[in-house]
Amino acid sequence: MKDQIRAILKEHARLAVDVDALADDGDLYQAGMTSHASVNVMLALEGAFDVEFPDRMLRRGVFESVAAIRDALTELTKDR
Amino acid sequence: MRDHPLKTEETVSSPLEAVQRIATEIAGPAADAVDREARFPVEAIDALKKARMMSALVPRELGGFGCGMIELAAMCEALGQHCASAAMVFAMHHIQVASVLRHAMGQPYYRDYVTELTRGQLLVASATSEVGIGGEMRASKCAVAPGAGGRFTLDKDCTTISYGAQADDILFQARRNADSPPNDQIFVLVRKKDFTLTQKGAWDTLGMRGTCSPPFLLQSTGEDGQIFATPFADVASETQVPFSHVLWSNVWLGIAVGAVRRARAFVRQQARAKPGTVPPSALRLAEVASMLQSMRTNVHDVASECETLMKDDVQGTKALSSIAFALKMNNLKVSSSQMVAQIVHQALQICGIMGYKNDSKFAVGRHLRDALSAALMVGNDRIYATNASMLLVLKDD
Repeated sequence: MKDQIRAILKEHARLAVDVDALADDGDLYQAGMTSHASVNVMLALEGAFDVEFPDRMLRRGVFESVAAIRDALTELTKDR
Repeated sequence: MRDHPLKTEETVSSPLEAVQRIATEIAGPAADAVDREARFPVEAIDALKKARMMSALVPRELGGFGCGMIELAAMCEALGQHCASAAMVFAMHHIQVASVLRHAMGQPYYRDYVTELTRGQLLVASATSEVGIGGEMRASKCAVAPGAGGRFTLDKDCTTISYGAQADDILFQARRNADSPPNDQIFVLVRKKDFTLTQKGAWDTLGMRGTCSPPFLLQSTGEDGQIFATPFADVASETQVPFSHVLWSNVWLGIAVGAVRRARAFVRQQARAKPGTVPPSALRLAEVASMLQSMRTNVHDVASECETLMKDDVQGTKALSSIAFALKMNNLKVSSSQMVAQIVHQALQICGIMGYKNDSKFAVGRHLRDALSAALMVGNDRIYATNASMLLVLKDD
C-alpha cells in the first residue's frame, strides 16, 4: 500500500523534494504540497483504492504524511 | 438619583457600547474627510485606543476585555456603519491579535508582548501580500535568514501593507528558510524599532481610502523567539482565514446597514411629504430590507459557528482545518462581498440623485466605493477557483 501511496504522491503532490527521500512520517506540506495539490492526491487515492474519503477525513492532518494516508486508507478498507 | 448609574457621560455598560459610541460620535463625523483626503482615521483609532479596545480580545486576567469573535464582529459592524476605513483597520488589527492569542501564548516572547500590547494599546498591521506572489496567502518568496546571536533578518517586498506607516508592529508570513518550498511558511511579528518601511507607491483608490495601504519594502530583524512555533499553515486555517472572513464580512454588513439607513430616511421623508400614498421608492426599500436580512443572517450564523468551534480545543480544531469549513468560510466571503455591493447599489437607486450627490445627507457614494473593494480583497475569482477544487472531493455527507 505504501508503494502505491508514494507513486501517487510522486505524480500528484508536486513536492519540492523526491518523495523517496521522505520518511513515512515526513511532513508532505513542509515538503511543498499545496492545498490544491492535496486535492489531486485525494482524488487519485480515491480512484486507485476505490474508496471515498468521508468529509470528516478531509482535513490537513489526514494527508500530512505517507503514514497518515496509510492509516486513513486502512480505516476505510478494513471491512473488506 | 440616576436610573442607570453606569450610563453616565463618561462610562458605558459594555465594550460594544463604547465602540458604538465611538462609531457614531467620532468615526462617523470624520468619515468624509478621511475618505476625501485618503488619510488614516486617526480620531477613531485614537478613541479606540483610549477606550482600550486594541486589546478587546485579550483575556481579562491579562488586562483585556476578553471579548469573543461575535462581540468583536459586532464592533466591526458598528464602526462599518459610520466609517468603513476605521472599521477595516480595527478588523485587521484584531485578526493579528487573535492569531497571537490562539497560537503563540506558549512562547515567552508573546506572553510579554501581549502585556505590552495591552498596556500601550499597540496597533498591529499585517504584511500578507508579496510582489511576485500577489494575494495568495499560502505561498511566500521571502525567507528567514539566520543571523548572529539568535537573531534573524527578513525582508519582504509587499504589494500593500494597510496602515503600515501608522502601525506599531507588523505580523507576516515568510518561508522557513532559503531552501524551503513556497508553502513551508512561518509566521513572525516584527517590532517598530526593528523594521524600516520604504514606501514604493501611492494609495489613491476608489474606496477604502483611509486604510492607507500602499506598497512597501519591509526590512526587518528580530530574535528567533519571535517566530511562531506553530506553522503558518495552521495559523492560516484556524485563525487568519476565519477571523478575516468573519470580521471583513461584518465591516461590509456595517457598510450595507449604513447605506440602507440613508435610504430608509429618504423614503420616510418622501412619505411625510405626501401622507396617504406609499412612495414608489418604498417598494425598493422593502426589497433591500430583505436582502439586508439575508446578509445579516448569513454573517451572524457563520460567526456563531466559528466561535463555537474555536472554543473546542480538540474537535473544534479538527473542524477548523477541514475542507468543509474552509468552503463555508469562503462562501461567506464571496456572498457577503457581493451582497454589500448589491445592497448599496439598491440604496442608491432608492435615494436617486440625492444619493448620488456627495454633499447630500442621503449620499451613498462613499458606501458604494467602499463596498466595491469587498470582492477584490482576496479576489472572489481566486476563492471560487479554490472552492471548485475542494468540491471535487467534498461529499456533503
